[in-house]
Amino acid sequence: MTRLSLEVLEEKFSELKPPMTAREARVEANRCLYCFDAPCIRACPTHIDVPTFIRKISTDNLTGAAVTILEANLMAATCARVCPVEELCEGACVLGGDHKPIEIGRLQRHAMDHIYDKQKLPFTPAPSNGLRVAVVGAGPAGLSCAGELAKRGYAVTILEKNPLPGGLSTYGIVVMREPIRVALEEVALIEALGVEVRTGVEVGRDVSANQLLTDFDAVFLSVGMGSVPHLGIPGEDLEGVTEALSFIAETKLAEKDGLEHLRELPVGRFVTVIGAGNTAIDAATIAKRLGAERVTIIYRRGEGEMPAYDFEYTFIKNEGVEFRFFSQPVGVVGENGRVTGLECLRVEPGPPGPDGRALPQAVPGSAFIIPCDQVIKAIGQEKRVDLFAHFGLEQERGYVKVDADLRTTNPKVFAGGDCVRATGDAMTVTATQDGKVAARGIHAWLGDNALAAD
Amino acid sequence: MADLSIDFCGVKSPNPFWLASAPPSNTAYQVNKAFEYGWGGAVWKTIGTPVLNVSSRYGGLELGGQKLLAINNIELISDRPLDVNLREIAEVKRLWPDRAMVVSAMFESDPKVWADAVARIEDTGADAIELNYGCPHGMSERGMGSAVGQVPEYCTMITEWVTSAASIPVIVKLTPNITDIKAPARAAIDGYANALSLINTINSVVGVDLDSFQLRPNVGGKGGHGGYAGPAVKPIALSMLSEVMQLPETQRFQVPISGMGGIQTWRDAAEFLLLGASSLQVCTAVMHYGFRLIEELTDGLSNWLDDKGAASIQEVIGAAAPRYSPFNQLDLSYKVVARIDEAKCINCNLCFVACDEGAHQCIDLTANGAKIDPAAYSGVAKTQPVVREDDCVGCNLCSLVCPVDGCITMIEVPPERESVTWGEITQERPEVTLEWDKMERYREEKGIEIH
Ligand SMILES: Cc1cc2nc3c(=O)[nH]c(=O)nc-3n(C[C@H](O)[C@H](O)[C@H](O)COP(=O)(O)OP(=O)(O)OC[C@H]3O[C@@H](n4cnc5c(N)ncnc54)[C@H](O)[C@@H]3O)c2cc1C
Ligand SMILES: Cc1cc2nc3c(=O)[nH]c(=O)nc-3n(C[C@H](O)[C@H](O)[C@H](O)COP(=O)(O)O)c2cc1C
Ligand code: SF4
Repeated sequence: MTRLSLEVLEEKFSELKPPMTAREARVEANRCLYCFDAPCIRACPTHIDVPTFIRKISTDNLTGAAVTILEANLMAATCARVCPVEELCEGACVLGGDHKPIEIGRLQRHAMDHIYDKQKLPFTPAPSNGLRVAVVGAGPAGLSCAGELAKRGYAVTILEKNPLPGGLSTYGIVVMREPIRVALEEVALIEALGVEVRTGVEVGRDVSANQLLTDFDAVFLSVGMGSVPHLGIPGEDLEGVTEALSFIAETKLAEKDGLEHLRELPVGRFVTVIGAGNTAIDAATIAKRLGAERVTIIYRRGEGEMPAYDFEYTFIKNEGVEFRFFSQPVGVVGENGRVTGLECLRVEPGPPGPDGRALPQAVPGSAFIIPCDQVIKAIGQEKRVDLFAHFGLEQERGYVKVDADLRTTNPKVFAGGDCVRATGDAMTVTATQDGKVAARGIHAWLGDNALAAD
Repeated sequence: MADLSIDFCGVKSPNPFWLASAPPSNTAYQVNKAFEYGWGGAVWKTIGTPVLNVSSRYGGLELGGQKLLAINNIELISDRPLDVNLREIAEVKRLWPDRAMVVSAMFESDPKVWADAVARIEDTGADAIELNYGCPHGMSERGMGSAVGQVPEYCTMITEWVTSAASIPVIVKLTPNITDIKAPARAAIDGYANALSLINTINSVVGVDLDSFQLRPNVGGKGGHGGYAGPAVKPIALSMLSEVMQLPETQRFQVPISGMGGIQTWRDAAEFLLLGASSLQVCTAVMHYGFRLIEELTDGLSNWLDDKGAASIQEVIGAAAPRYSPFNQLDLSYKVVARIDEAKCINCNLCFVACDEGAHQCIDLTANGAKIDPAAYSGVAKTQPVVREDDCVGCNLCSLVCPVDGCITMIEVPPERESVTWGEITQERPEVTLEWDKMERYREEKGIEIH
């Protein structure tokens, strides 16, 4: 448990990027060239009309700016904070060539803060068209799909197994990037559009797939991924071994009730984190900021092959997190039921595997132990194959198989978000776009159906 | 959402924004495209007598890294044959019956030529004619454009030729290249103009190249004055609009005014509306950014009207016009003083130097609460500007140079004496306005102290 004071915690767990002042936003917005057919629009997976919304900020039309953004992306308050903008819009900004790109993410947040503070619904939903759609999972993909359909007059019910809606925006994205309040306000916007959100309902357990297929005109599956899988090594059940997602979720929930609750969370002095993706980076950051003396990320491959973004790597090194590359955990060692270390083998790059990357090969006899009192597993998330089987859907390597309109092999069922993302980066913004595309697909299909039925 | 539609001397359009007569309204291709984007109307690029253009036509004004704060041009009226223009105008109007189609014209000073032109313009189905009395270059040397706009008698005469021949409304577009804009405005109304529009471009030389000594724009080593337009001219346009709004003739005959000159954002548009313009035209901003600007213009205007609780644009047109007053009607007892919010102050000291050297020496620099002499100060404590409110004349300069929002506010303070205007003093105590010793006695009497 951390010994840090509340003040220190507030500093370490407040948003990393501060909001812009009105003047800062205006000056930055006026720097935007208002390019025609701008590359930032293309670089954004939801194709937000960036130059237009920035121009509206420059003229103090913040409501107009927010509407321009929300028309393309209903999860824009989250996206403004969590998108890897360096890789997306800001990376494409033409000003990046010889000076600083426009701070598109922070400008977007400025417009979003305005509309959420104003608490004015930016859209009027179309009159009801009498059609019902069930959305399974209240993450970004589900919320976006539900909102888009509600705007078109559909009666949408979201079924969410967790006690709180919002998916990984609520439970998974660290509070320094997105306070839980932002995720929940975004859900409230979708509800204000007329969407019903039923939490604590797990499809496949509390409600059957068949039930949904009978009760609704269409179903959108946006169930994300499962929990962190087992490593399958000895000692995994020792006290002090946790997995990254629940570790992060606890900090999110603690922040919701007041940052002082962070002090109740267990954190080790010497922490090892297994994996080197975004989740590992986040878990390591939190462990460090909760006061761990030494945090070490253990990764099977080399520095250049980490799935984390470059800016994340730079960031985490500045946080003081250390790395052990080319190391493969083979067992957790402990005393009296508690973790005391992580046993690893040294790894050498072997021949290229199916994805072209060198296959890591453990070197026999090279075992060494990293002393630690907490082990955090961040080795990806499990696939949701059983749930897809309930719906009788064809799958592809554990993901739902969909066509370009995000329709599954059952014509009544569409799917999107992380649960279909067999390739490419799983991001909030791509999940949001999936929701939009599926809503369009559902509308095109049900619209036709409705006509045929008339 | 507020109703943005207008009825301008019988010409209707779904929103007040029209393309000004200029390159963006040169062809059917462009005007069709503009209407697709949502422009409410267009004033076709001026048609008239044959011309030939030069190459290299525009110069731009850049300030502090912002490009094209103004454009300067030496382009003439349309250089496309009259027949082609008229045919395209008819085509576009047929396709877009709900948009305003105004034809700008400039012909030689001959009543028969004008009568013939009016008939051909009316044949296109256009909603109105705009008389271009403004072009300041090329055409004026040929006795047209601003050569007409600058001579009130010509202005009345030609306007009358046109209004007597026309059955559709006639708008007279005024040149700003004149000492008193009221003279040509009155002259146009005397010639029975149905409406006025202003401003056309302002005479200007936009710059000289410091290496080649060439004027910008350069035509084979030479250059001349061109027409100046764009954001930088807005204050001049707003002033001329206000002057013409005050004119008794404008008020008596309720002559509507189409405002232009520097409209780039919805905020500019709102200012023109508040001062009385009831249709708006845009040129330079479109030349800079394209037709897509219309979305920001209408969206911003509409959100602003919603915020103001106005159901229609009509509610704001002219709402600020009555405030426009001559100097001698301003209340001499009204008083504001500058106040610096030290919590917001970033200690750039720009207000200090502005007041000390450019105004009335009413701001002190302090350190640790004590006044310092900046030339002698070598301490480490931050310097803090402080206003001596008793000495402040309320000129606004410090608040204008302050880079921080809401840091220097001009606070209204209770008047120290009875309300009086210069006009009243002139009437009641004319000697005070003529002789310094009388003025000094008057000040003593009223307790007016000049610091
Ligand atoms: C630690 C972490 C950090 C991240 N950081 C970023 C970041 O900085 N930027 C970024 O762009 N992306 C980030 N991501 C990825 C991003 O959060 C996801 O791509 C995005 O949330 C996917 O949205 P989704 O709607 O597909 O799934 P999810 O957000 O996972 O939502 C799925 C929802 O479905 C519910 N559900 C599942 N099964 C059922 C069922 N049977 N019945 C009812 N409900 C069910 C779940 O409870 C959940 O609420 C991060 C992810 C993680 C794990
Ligand atoms: C390149 C250029 C050409 C123009 N040509 C004409 C013209 O043919 N007829 C006319 O009445 N005004 C003409 N104008 C003036 C515009 O219609 C308008 O009055 C002026 O540009 C002010 O508006 P703005 O600040 O929005 O540009 C021209 C302006 C420019 C910049
Ligand atoms: S904008 Fe450039 S390319 Fe187009 S006509 Fe002018 S100088 Fe030529």
